[in-house]
Amino acid sequence: MKIWDVRTVLGWTVGLLAAATIALGAQAQEPIKLGVFLSATGGAAFLGDPEKKTIELYVEKINADGGLLGRQVQLTIYDDGTKAKEALTFVKRLIDQDKVDLIIGGTTTGNTMAVINEVEQAGLPFISLAGASVIIDPVKKWVFKTPHTDRLAVQKIFTDMKARGLTKIGLLAGSGGFDKSCAGNARALMESEGVEILADETHGAGDTDMTPQLTKIKNTEGVQAFLYCGFGAPTSIVAKNYKQLGITIPHYQTHGSASVRFIKGADGAAEGVRLPAAALLVVDSLPDSHPQKAIASAYKAAYEDGYKEPISTFGGHAYDALFLAAEAIKRAGSLDKEAVRSEIEKTNGFIGVDGIFTMSPDDHLGLDNDSFVMVEVHDGGWKLQE
Amino acid sequence: MRALLAPRTGGLLALAIVIALLPAVLPNNFYFNVAILVGLNAIVCVGLNLLIGYAGQISLGHAGFFGLGAYASALLTGSYGWPSLAALVVGAAAVGALAFLLARPILKLKGHYLAMGTLGMGVIISIVLNQEAGLTGGPDGMPVPAFEVWGWTAYGERTWYWIVGGTLLVTTWLALNLIESPIGRALRAIHGSEIAAEVIGVKTERFKTLVFVISAVLASVGGSMFAHYSGFITPSEAEFFHSIAFVTMVVLGGMASIFGSILGAAILTVLPQFLAVLHDYETLVLGAVMMSVMIFLPKGLLPSLAELLRRRSL
Repeated sequence: MKIWDVRTVLGWTVGLLAAATIALGAQAQEPIKLGVFLSATGGAAFLGDPEKKTIELYVEKINADGGLLGRQVQLTIYDDGTKAKEALTFVKRLIDQDKVDLIIGGTTTGNTMAVINEVEQAGLPFISLAGASVIIDPVKKWVFKTPHTDRLAVQKIFTDMKARGLTKIGLLAGSGGFDKSCAGNARALMESEGVEILADETHGAGDTDMTPQLTKIKNTEGVQAFLYCGFGAPTSIVAKNYKQLGITIPHYQTHGSASVRFIKGADGAAEGVRLPAAALLVVDSLPDSHPQKAIASAYKAAYEDGYKEPISTFGGHAYDALFLAAEAIKRAGSLDKEAVRSEIEKTNGFIGVDGIFTMSPDDHLGLDNDSFVMVEVHDGGWKLQE
Repeated sequence: MRALLAPRTGGLLALAIVIALLPAVLPNNFYFNVAILVGLNAIVCVGLNLLIGYAGQISLGHAGFFGLGAYASALLTGSYGWPSLAALVVGAAAVGALAFLLARPILKLKGHYLAMGTLGMGVIISIVLNQEAGLTGGPDGMPVPAFEVWGWTAYGERTWYWIVGGTLLVTTWLALNLIESPIGRALRAIHGSEIAAEVIGVKTERFKTLVFVISAVLASVGGSMFAHYSGFITPSEAEFFHSIAFVTMVVLGGMASIFGSILGAAILTVLPQFLAVLHDYETLVLGAVMMSVMIFLPKGLLPSLAELLRRRSL
């Protein structure tokens, strides 16, 4: 056998070079591990499902564009079925077994609160997609979140009411965590905002008729506006009962109703209901000068193109969490957990779908009530209010 | 030699060996966590099997007792500053008392009606935990302080592994003793035929109440330990589907087989973790596994396999 034949040598050289390149390339491209746990099934599926789709869509896009820091993003998604116990198990799994660099998830406040201890002990950045303010108040070192809090929503609503000269209101709230937290914030803010709650009613979870509470509010002397704190199916029921009773004072709800399901479920009765929502909801009617216009329309186009279904603001929370993390990793230039964490905390003027984020060591949300726009239901769709 | 083959001694020894040796092969905390959840489910299922497998009374509400135990510990230690052990014992006693009060009216029912009665009981407990938000934090749940006994704090997966493992061993030992005792024979007589049992002088009502209370207390203890271990609980622990999960573990592992319930709890806790990788097909595979077991091994895994082995060796 002629070992030193020119062609053999050439063949070997090329072969070895190729192997070396592949080996080096593989080493350089050890992936960034992103861990995600969401409630894609179970009670909160209507929130978790768009979140999951958004993350999958954009991780694919990020990887197609060359990844982060020249490395591919390896996504591990678990579905906790809206059960806190499962969420905790999956977070332990992400940390101990999958050894992820960063965690995004926690569709509901309960599932987020259940894992905070574990994440804080392990010390890795965690961005939650749940609403309530308890998640970031008091501030926890490793925990961030993207959705607006109920407190911001109440502030925005009160501001809008006062601008219309409405200061005496009737309040109705459900018994869920969000509902209670929202009503609590309304009571806490009423003095400083100069609003007076004349009637304060609640309904039970699973109630299918709110006529008694609404009748009471209707018959309360001097009520100028009505606020409902809640989300999901009851939002439509309240709107229906409201119309059936012929109540004509302005009707406010929260961003918990910012879904087409609310309008469809109310069967025409949602007309005229006013609520604060992320700009994403009315992206097409935003003026071109609006800072979020470009990013929100790009997200809407990509999502609707990818999944052939309308966007929801919940998917937007996931979009913001993913890109807040991506930007922080780019700035940190490494995956060192403390470096990434402190870069997330230094987020300044990040334009997301939910608003413009500016975080600080005292504020792990970074949104103010300018991140909301007021919308009104009009002809079965959303109409931006100036 | 014969003692080693009898379930009361040999089986218990085998369980002790498995619990003792398992940590050597568990690579990290995540696996310890799964092992702990297996143990907690097994404690509840051993109790539930006494009720379902031996006494022949169905309960679709045991997650309610589990949830009550969990919330009793959470509330008494968290909101009222009680010592953890006292909270656990008082919680279990209160759940036992509740079960005692409920047992008379509820265990008068038979078959589907008993299933409906216990289901209703579980649902009511779940509704209370969801609605009393001022006390329980509502659907968003509440945090639970760490387990503390005389200044020593149970923390970390490895510590909890030994606590849960030890409790499971004691529970199994008690259950095995119980079914070998006259009470156990009375329970099996009730299972066979309640009327016949009464005719030969078994006070059926008394024994049914007793086993209902025992199983409720075990569920409550399991719930308390779970609450302290996980550090955060939500009302979903008391949910109807959680009750169904317990019953499924018992039926899958084998009715009237104490070790069968441990096996059932292990399989149904571990399997979803393996299947999580196939997340879209998880439920499908799980359902297929359960259906095949029910069709081909209707007595449950352990009794059917034991019978198969016995027939082979003859």
